Amino acid sequence: MSDEIVITVNGKRHPVQAAADTPLLYVLRNELGLAGPHYGCGEEKCGACMVLVGAKATQSCKLPVSEVGQTRITTLEGLIEEGELHPVQQAFIEEQAAQCGYCLNGMIISTAALLWKTPHPSELQIREALDGNLCRCGSHLRILRAVRRAESLLIGEEG
Amino acid sequence: MAAPTQDSNSWRGPRTGRPGSGRREAAWGEVSDQLDDWIAIEKDESVTAFSGKVELGTGVRTALAQIVAEELDVPLERVHMVMGDTARTPDEGYTAGSMTISGSGTALRKAAAEARRAMIEMAAERLDAQINELRVREGVIAVTRQPERSVSYAELMGGKSFELQVSDKTKFKEPKDYQIVGKSAARADLPAKVRGEASFIHDLKVPGMLQARLVRPPNPAAKLISVDADSVKDIPGMVKVFQRGNFIGVVAEREEQAIQAAKQLKVKWQEAAAYPNMQELFTTLRNQPTEDQALVEKGDFNKALAGATKKIQATYTQPFHAHASIGPACAVADVQGEHATIWASTPGPYPLSGALAQLLNIPAENVRLIFMEGAGSYGQNGADDAAADAAILSQAIGKPVRVQWTREDEFIWEPKSPAMVMEVRGGLDAKGNVAAWDYQVWSPSHVARARFAGQLVTAQLLSGQAAPQSRFSFGAERNAPTNYAFPVQRVTVHYVGDSLLRASSFRSLGGAENTFANESFMDELAAAAGVDALEYRLRYLTEAREREVLEAAAKRAGWESHPSPRKDKAEVAEGRGVAFARYENDQAIVACVAEVQVERASGMVRVKRIVVAHDCGLIINPDGVKNQVEGNVIQSLSRALKEEVKFDEMRITSRDWETYPILTFSETPEIEIVLINRPEEPAVGAGEPSTVTTAAAVANAIFDATGARVRQIPFTAERVREGLGD
Ligand code: FES
Ligand code: FES
Repeated sequence: MSDEIVITVNGKRHPVQAAADTPLLYVLRNELGLAGPHYGCGEEKCGACMVLVGAKATQSCKLPVSEVGQTRITTLEGLIEEGELHPVQQAFIEEQAAQCGYCLNGMIISTAALLWKTPHPSELQIREALDGNLCRCGSHLRILRAVRRAESLLIGEEG
Repeated sequence: MAAPTQDSNSWRGPRTGRPGSGRREAAWGEVSDQLDDWIAIEKDESVTAFSGKVELGTGVRTALAQIVAEELDVPLERVHMVMGDTARTPDEGYTAGSMTISGSGTALRKAAAEARRAMIEMAAERLDAQINELRVREGVIAVTRQPERSVSYAELMGGKSFELQVSDKTKFKEPKDYQIVGKSAARADLPAKVRGEASFIHDLKVPGMLQARLVRPPNPAAKLISVDADSVKDIPGMVKVFQRGNFIGVVAEREEQAIQAAKQLKVKWQEAAAYPNMQELFTTLRNQPTEDQALVEKGDFNKALAGATKKIQATYTQPFHAHASIGPACAVADVQGEHATIWASTPGPYPLSGALAQLLNIPAENVRLIFMEGAGSYGQNGADDAAADAAILSQAIGKPVRVQWTREDEFIWEPKSPAMVMEVRGGLDAKGNVAAWDYQVWSPSHVARARFAGQLVTAQLLSGQAAPQSRFSFGAERNAPTNYAFPVQRVTVHYVGDSLLRASSFRSLGGAENTFANESFMDELAAAAGVDALEYRLRYLTEAREREVLEAAAKRAGWESHPSPRKDKAEVAEGRGVAFARYENDQAIVACVAEVQVERASGMVRVKRIVVAHDCGLIINPDGVKNQVEGNVIQSLSRALKEEVKFDEMRITSRDWETYPILTFSETPEIEIVLINRPEEPAVGAGEPSTVTTAAAVANAIFDATGARVRQIPFTAERVREGLGD
């Protein structure tokens, strides 16, 4: 079929069964069985559903799956390489940066995107990068510390 | 604490226990004394510990495992907690009020100590040794002098049941010997969550499960006129439009189909007003008939006030707040004939299973309720109602159904933290001392848990009947009295029957609101007496442990002594404020110092730094406590600065993150925490206490900076601007 949608998620190509206007979030969760991205508001206002579209942290709760095109999608699961946690994931564990952890997906995805683009962000840049990610449990300070720790873990990796 | 009343149609469920479990019928609040109900030693050397409490995002799962590992002498990672499953765990009612560590923690500690004692006895026999010749390390009992003579817990007990009662005589370990308790332990759930493994109720998939969304009326007073099921006929995968009374759910094969159907379904409602006029909220609340409880009556208030040199009076208000969990409610139910399995993120698996049995009209013992984690709830959010929605839809269809509430469903239908009015009067003598103190609070009950079906939104929509008025009132008395030794004082709670908007428990119940009023008023008195706010509080604190906490916060904050206000004339005025409380008057002790900046032109408040000193007795997991304190401070700051549920007579208008904003990263202050560990004191809860002091500390700091007194939560720029005058 010519109009079949195929998306690339975590390095694998997946033909999509859902209707073209289905938000990416539901395809990821229900067709691909991924549990990283979560539904929080469905209005691009909380960040719980974030994934990397290319290198950009993007809400997936309204983005129609048909608009993803060839761009590679990376989810929280996809940050793991050969069983090894991504330094940002590692940093969140080391800082115990969560309470309920429902917001974690978006926090980690946003942080990964930020540090990719800006390896040494200022405090202000970090806070602004995360302002679209809400946390109701008040884990903010731990998350900020996790971003800093991720920054140094990533340097360690390069060096 | 007031005992919950037993409703005549409440249930007491005998539960089908694990094989070998000595489970018996347990009444409300009565905790099982059967060892096998709490601890099982598995064949693979691991230990399973059962708790009827649940993990609400506070990390209690880890703290409870620490307690078990400590008393049993096994490595922490070998302990697996099973929580909140009515077929497997003891009935421990609700997870609430920071009681998990003192309640379930104590029960598990006893059970673990009993299990250890029993296994040492068995080992003595098996190894032909005296008990006092034995030692335990990592779950292996050995003869101290000949460690090769040993037997492991699993060899003794693996897979078997103890058939023992937990006695009250079993000796616990001495706190000085603790290896695991008192040390920070990494959260057991975190690795799975950062990897994106299914961790939440939202992630549960049951074979054959259908997806549902709800179509709610515009408000609880609206009546259904008509629903046009044909309007969604064209949606592929549609399974059913279910309607009964004012309850409507759409069920489809795929989630996006259910979402589409909920949007597209043509429904007509007859609308009616359901809420009071928001402008008159506090008078409406207060003008109701009240049921009064005198909590403190010491001396003759009227006489003392008449003799006072200065008299002051102030009224403080608390609007409705939303729990606003980041993940809206979700539940899965599989109802097959007379049997039901329901997965929900409820704080009370047993009570909810009873309420759902009523709703489904099946025997209580046929309902298995399995707790799964939701997003942090901090009290009663929509979780129980979503479970009921799923149960009803699954019963109607005969297949497993998953219900996901939308963000808007959650904002509109979750029970709110109730609105309250607090009025305080005080008199000072010639020396500026408190001669008389009178505290009055008007509040509905803070607790309206789903003990029976009628309290669930689902049941109200199905039957068209409003929620029954709560049969007991609870929560507004929390921290209404202070711990200050005023010579003459009176504290009264006026319970009103109608909460106006649906309301139930939110972190600390009335504790935060009462402390806001008490500690703001304390500051007003100190200012009237011309005395530094810290010094003034210390005048009335007699217990050394309480004084120490207050002093520790002041010291870390670098408290500068001066009477408030400073009346900083700068364009951006700076000030600091303090607040103190002992949670529930005899639990954890908290002192908070806030430093703020106030922009005069706009009234905008920026909180720069918050220092908290915290004494919750013996600390089980220091980093866990810090995490809780940080969370409490940030959440309560968000509530104090920004939050207010808005509504008009027809609608709740706070329905998304734009109409109900919460604190962002850019607005989060620095937080410093001083933990005071008291290994010889009982461990008391840390999930709520530090939520109560933030608002007053900030209000007092605003006053210190500017002389403007804000008595209404939230402290919006307009309100502060108004207080600034000119
Ligand atoms: S769920 Fe997508 S931003 Fe909230
Ligand atoms: S940790 Fe619960 S929402 Fe962030």
